[in-house]
Amino acid sequence: MSTVEHKQWSARVRESAEKNLPPEQLLPDEQPVYVHSWIYVFGVLTIAAFAVVLASGVWLSLEGPTWWHTSKIGLFVNSLHLWSVELFFFFMVIHLWGKFWMAAWRGNRSMTWVTGSIAFLASIGAAFTGYLSQQNFASQWIASEGKDGLNSAGVGAFFNVLNFGQMFMWHILLLPIVLGVLVVGHVLLVRKHGVVPPYPVEGQAAFDTGPEAVVDVGASSDDEGGAS
Amino acid sequence: MGAISMRLGEVLLGAVVNLNHPAHYFHRGWFQISVANLMVILLMIVVFILALFLPFPGRRVQ
Repeated sequence: MSTVEHKQWSARVRESAEKNLPPEQLLPDEQPVYVHSWIYVFGVLTIAAFAVVLASGVWLSLEGPTWWHTSKIGLFVNSLHLWSVELFFFFMVIHLWGKFWMAAWRGNRSMTWVTGSIAFLASIGAAFTGYLSQQNFASQWIASEGKDGLNSAGVGAFFNVLNFGQMFMWHILLLPIVLGVLVVGHVLLVRKHGVVPPYPVEGQAAFDTGPEAVVDVGASSDDEGGAS
Repeated sequence: MGAISMRLGEVLLGAVVNLNHPAHYFHRGWFQISVANLMVILLMIVVFILALFLPFPGRRVQ
């Protein structure tokens, strides 16, 4: 008789989550000292803009096209949706530049980089289908210009930009789900592997990497030291 | 009163950037880009450089 214990999938998932993402690592109250820089702010700014995109998008979905085309509040929420997307891309591109120049895939962070890159591509698709869903001359122009490029790549058979209903469903259902899953996975990977440190200054020791290399940002003045 | 303040808001906001015209384009040879896109790209570069060099508020604890 075998003595091997077969755990249920729920137990395996729980144990994996406890091992990789303990609560103090998932919701930390301290950060590495090198995070004390504006360049580390743009990731969370991107998420903040994404939250406004989602909230305004849900509001638009609840009220419907007639509302956002005819009422002043609807027009305002529609504009809020557009401008939060503009800020989302603005912050995300600066976040991308910052992470690219500090080679954020270092220290076993390759999947963090990959999920961020795929999320960027999914965001372009979400924005593109959003522009196609405006129901105005601009969206018709974009669709008629875009169809030839997509057809030349063999995509048009199952992603038809002239099919408004299909593009609308991609925009309000499929791509938000894909993007939401990618963003959650990206943030969990950042929490698991820690925030990437900058390159060390020549002649100085490298920063410790990983979530264990943290300092208490609320420490007393006795602990205060110079910048690293 | 409400209508007046609404009209005032439209005038003030509209005065900042008037978008009620065809887009302007920057065009040099093969290179062409709308002025709006060019402005956003230049602004992103400026903000990126500022983020690298501006001091972050608050104490930095070693």
